[in-house]
Amino acid sequence: MRLVTPLTDEVLEQLHAGDKVSITGVIYVGRDAAHKRLVAALDAGEPLPFDPNGQIIYYMGPSPAKPGEPIGSAGPTTSYRMDPYAPRMMEVGLKGMIGKGNRSLPVREAMQKHKAIYLGAIGGAGALIAKSIKAAKVIAYEDLGAEALRRLEVEDFPAIVVNDIYGGDAYEDGLKQYNRE
Amino acid sequence: VSEIHTDQITETVARLCIESNYFLGQDVLAALRRYRQAEVSPVGREVLDQILENAELARTEQMPLCQDCGLTVIFLELGQGVHITGGDLDEALAQGVREGYQDGYLRKSMVDRPFSARINTKDNTPPVIHTTVVPGNQLKITVAPKGGGSENMSQLAMLKPADGREGVIKFVVEAVRKAGANPCPPIIVGVGVGGSAEKAVWLAKHSLLREVGQSSPDPEVAELEADILERVNRIGIGPQGFGGLTTALAVHVETFPCHIASMPVAVNIQCHSARHKEAVL
Repeated sequence: MRLVTPLTDEVLEQLHAGDKVSITGVIYVGRDAAHKRLVAALDAGEPLPFDPNGQIIYYMGPSPAKPGEPIGSAGPTTSYRMDPYAPRMMEVGLKGMIGKGNRSLPVREAMQKHKAIYLGAIGGAGALIAKSIKAAKVIAYEDLGAEALRRLEVEDFPAIVVNDIYGGDAYEDGLKQYNRE
Repeated sequence: VSEIHTDQITETVARLCIESNYFLGQDVLAALRRYRQAEVSPVGREVLDQILENAELARTEQMPLCQDCGLTVIFLELGQGVHITGGDLDEALAQGVREGYQDGYLRKSMVDRPFSARINTKDNTPPVIHTTVVPGNQLKITVAPKGGGSENMSQLAMLKPADGREGVIKFVVEAVRKAGANPCPPIIVGVGVGGSAEKAVWLAKHSLLREVGQSSPDPEVAELEADILERVNRIGIGPQGFGGLTTALAVHVETFPCHIASMPVAVNIQCHSARHKEAVL
């Protein structure tokens, strides 16, 4: 299914764990250090560098862009490290997260509560994924280098729904289907 | 006695940093293709195809296979007849990392003050260096960039001698199960058995330098590797955790004698972007 950002509840209601999607539009990029600052800003009652309403955050820290390229390699990082921050971001309207790997129970519960989804991109396919990124711009926390907050314009960015708004989990489904112990 | 100048070492390390990050080894590619043929999960097959496509793209466009260009682990086998000239060996290695990560557009992922400020060193230094002194007049340098996602899934257990072979298998299988989708499966499982706590971890990491799928020369260890691989691939995690038969491409085990009271077992998981390149000076 083709997703265009920002995401709406109507679209999210149609998605189920295991669905393949391609994303087009603007997505935001932040990982460990950027999340720490985003949540600190929320706690201090300060405005965020972007409006998270209906948006997707991609957990990623790119390699440097070669001259003439918008970005270097740009695959997902492991998501559980953002688990301490993710529910807080969903409270302020975040609707999607892209990363790789398993999420904690509180994050999965928060996704059901706030109607948000978690998407898996292919870890270690950073060169391939970069092809779907048409523009990239650092919008805050430039001092963090690879960990700075970025705004990307993407076209047909490939991902798989890991957690839907109904509590479905593609990793659990996969284990159930293929476990031979 | 032979003389090796530090400039030559720096140049070599810089080149190996770039080559290891751009070019996936033929052994890894062959293993990925072999498992792609045997995989029954449709999404698993698709993921393996994209991993292979990514490797081809990285090679032809000369860009990093993965945005995580790793913490730079360097293994040295230093011949005892070698005389290093021109300066400090560790500094020559660090300079190689500095140049390679700069010139190769590789991501700098090292932070200093790890438990507090976490300030990026901006040149991916310092590397982690393991030096072994060996007979001969040559210096073998292996650069093995290691991604954080898979390194974070490492485990060490000080098992009881009574736990035996089955205890080792269970510990490794549970480490892989717990890692789940996090370390970018399909993985290569590095295992160290014996020695001391730190020796076991070193063995686990060192085993990852072996050609993927090549068994241990020790038949008893080779059999253990095959049994663990079979068990690990029964879990069903599959490529990227979406389910399937291909959770691990290989299990590599290295052993060392240990204390009568101990049986250290370490697991060091390697993602499918199993990068290492070597040179002999």
